Amino acid sequence: MQTSKTIKFSRRSFLQTSSLASGGMLIGFNLFTACKADIKPPEDLSLLNYNDFNAFIKISNEGKVTIFAPNPEIGQGVKTSMPMLIAEELDVAWKDVHVVQGALDNENFSRQVAGGSQSLRHGWLPLRQTGATARQMLINAAAAQWGVLPSECSTKEGLISNASGETLGYGDVVVAAATLPVPEDVELKDQKAFNIIGKDISNVDIDEIITGKSLFGLDYKREGMQYVSVLRPPAFGQVLESFDDSATRAIAGVNDVIKFGNKIAVLATNTWTAMQGKNALKAVWNQDTKAESTAFHDETLLGLLDGNSFETLRKDGDVKKAFADADQVLERTYESPFMPHNCMEPMNFFANVTTDKIELVGPIQTPAWTSTRVAELLGRDESEVSLQMTRMGGGFGRRLYGDFALEAAEVSHLAKSPVKVIFSREDDMTDGIYRPAIKYRIAAAIKDGKLTGYHLKEAAINGNMYGLIPNFFPAGAIENYQVDVANYKSNITTGAWRAPFTNVLASFEQSFFDELAQVMGVDRIQLHLDLLQKVKGTTDERIQYSPERLEGVIKMAVEKSGWGKSSEGIYQGFAVYYCHNTHVAEVADIIMDNGIPVVKKVTCVVDCGVVVNPLGAKNQVVGGVIDGIGHSMYGELTFKDGKPESNNYNTYQLIRMGQTPQVEVHFVDSDMDPTGLGEPTLPPIGGAVANAIYAATGKRLTKQPYMKNLDVEKVIG
Amino acid sequence: MPTFQLKINGETHTIEAEENTPLLWVLRDQIDLVGTKYGCGIGQCGACTVHVDGEATRSCLQTVSVLAGKEITTIEGLSEYGTHPVQEAWKAVDVPQCGYCQSGQIMTASAFLNENANPSKSEIRDAMHGNICRCASYNSIEKAVEVAASKLS
Repeated sequence: MQTSKTIKFSRRSFLQTSSLASGGMLIGFNLFTACKADIKPPEDLSLLNYNDFNAFIKISNEGKVTIFAPNPEIGQGVKTSMPMLIAEELDVAWKDVHVVQGALDNENFSRQVAGGSQSLRHGWLPLRQTGATARQMLINAAAAQWGVLPSECSTKEGLISNASGETLGYGDVVVAAATLPVPEDVELKDQKAFNIIGKDISNVDIDEIITGKSLFGLDYKREGMQYVSVLRPPAFGQVLESFDDSATRAIAGVNDVIKFGNKIAVLATNTWTAMQGKNALKAVWNQDTKAESTAFHDETLLGLLDGNSFETLRKDGDVKKAFADADQVLERTYESPFMPHNCMEPMNFFANVTTDKIELVGPIQTPAWTSTRVAELLGRDESEVSLQMTRMGGGFGRRLYGDFALEAAEVSHLAKSPVKVIFSREDDMTDGIYRPAIKYRIAAAIKDGKLTGYHLKEAAINGNMYGLIPNFFPAGAIENYQVDVANYKSNITTGAWRAPFTNVLASFEQSFFDELAQVMGVDRIQLHLDLLQKVKGTTDERIQYSPERLEGVIKMAVEKSGWGKSSEGIYQGFAVYYCHNTHVAEVADIIMDNGIPVVKKVTCVVDCGVVVNPLGAKNQVVGGVIDGIGHSMYGELTFKDGKPESNNYNTYQLIRMGQTPQVEVHFVDSDMDPTGLGEPTLPPIGGAVANAIYAATGKRLTKQPYMKNLDVEKVIG
Repeated sequence: MPTFQLKINGETHTIEAEENTPLLWVLRDQIDLVGTKYGCGIGQCGACTVHVDGEATRSCLQTVSVLAGKEITTIEGLSEYGTHPVQEAWKAVDVPQCGYCQSGQIMTASAFLNENANPSKSEIRDAMHGNICRCASYNSIEKAVEVAASKLS
């Protein structure tokens, strides 16, 4: 979709206020954000319900510009990049902009979410429109004051000029501008005229971060607040039978112990005391539902893959016949474990529930949904709930769920006191909502040297894949193609984990294609290019990816990585993937160090359309790649008798600097509308690494974490 | 409850705490210095790193009872206006993503560069290995330490 320069809006689309008490203009315009990748904005934006969109610009009488960043900031950079879009079209210098995190605003910001790598994609046109419309209103006010036509005026960085050379600052006309009608058909800038978009812009919070200012949920304080540590069931499927809190209450600084549901809250005057108090509780738990172990999960998932009770998500042609007629069949089973999110900032939330209002403050990726659930939980009206979003020490999907906010609200309500619930690292790692364990069986049918059938089966704990994914590559490229899913409902809770649904599938699929090329006796890259050729010009509307854009990133990755020309001792592995609307190709370079594979370099080529903030974009690309390497090589949470077998970093490995490769990033030069970067570079990298390890050792890795399943002793080279 | 005198960023604070209370929580909850972060509580992640007599130390593992007479420096005290060469380098490279681990990274890097102002790449990687960054801003951290080193030497 090419960027459109003129957008029609109805008058109702702007919520406009006249002068603020402190002077200046506040323009409201609703911004739609969604956490689901399958929601597309329609081509004609006038069809959208503008109550779903909102962004604010505040211009004071002195011309100072405050831009409210609408979406939660989890480290993905939207607090910087979304305001950039507004500032660009408003035509102010970035140095004159002050960015403030927007609070949850039920009237104007109705869908503020961080998830699915969708913020820039959905904000691209509406946010620019907000800036452009505000600029036009300021011009119109200046023109009226001068008695000239608006078309005779121009702007430059907050200053309006007319043909005679007279100037007025935005602050001089803002009060008048606020009373004017909202113009329709405002033109957006040509991309060549961008002064801010496409430039390296620093993180708006950098000064506060590097000097340790209070920014995160864990830093938030309120007078009279009690610190809360919660005892939750040690194993999944357990219920609380009884407990003895005498030792806890004897600790100086412990104020109270409150049972709520299946959990026990210890309220204290500071965090350490609350944690000590929780550790001193003696609780008796009953195993109510099954106590599951990893051996059971493995057996169950393999059983599902071997069985016949699948739900078919996509079926093209007849895979059964294709496999029956094949000269050769390649079939592989791939396995991946549960994965905790391990945000560096553990879960936490502040709540102050009083008779007339409910105040919530903390790190949350879904502020609106969470507020609704808190109101429901306490039987209160949603209008009584306010939510202030703090900066988040990582989200990765864990902070979509808001369970920690519900806990804080319930405890505050019961204690009749402001409280902050703080998870210890152990609480955080054992509380659930993990990436589920998933196994895949992938099979390909080859006949007369061609790929005639492809059958992908997924068996997941609780469920994983959903409707859109079966329409990713290689859908459309193979005549007989089928995607089947099966799942086992466990009492272990699961949820979205950075690039959910694809974060494991991509690696395994790319490993499979690597092996497939070898079995077919064709070049790895050529296999992909030939398949993509078949998809060009397809009329299948379900196809999600662009074969041209995948081809583009493949060719660039081959060129930039020196594919096929690596020096001795360096082994390369390739992967290409489309997800979250972005097309990515990666090449991993590894060496073998005493039989241990070490990733030295990754070449990552990304087609995400316009790169709004190259500095921030690069961070996301590199972060996704290294995150993907770390988790595919080392990450694993196992269970025994319903209990997670690891709960802190002495027994769980997160990737560290010493294991990190240098990542070289290349963006495809494009003027297409921007697509997201928070997730897309993560899914394929495990595949690139596994393929490089094959090149080095002759061993195909089919089970993550790769380093545990490497059989190091048997490695050659 | 016992009281302790702690010298933090040049100022002496008298605090009341049980003697096994880690410095980390005294800093955060009692003295309102929230720049030092909690990540794991067992000295594995480095988010809680401060300087004790100039040495990088895990404040989650230092109890208040052993800190009498020591000079403690937190991220807030590293410089008056955020202008320590390591902080400036962090800005120049635009290191942080979520930012949560960065106080610890900066404190580890600054103590390290104080001992070794002209480190090799592999020395930097070894020195920073103890600090986890979940957002994986490692390439940028490495670069920033190099930039800071070049300013200091």
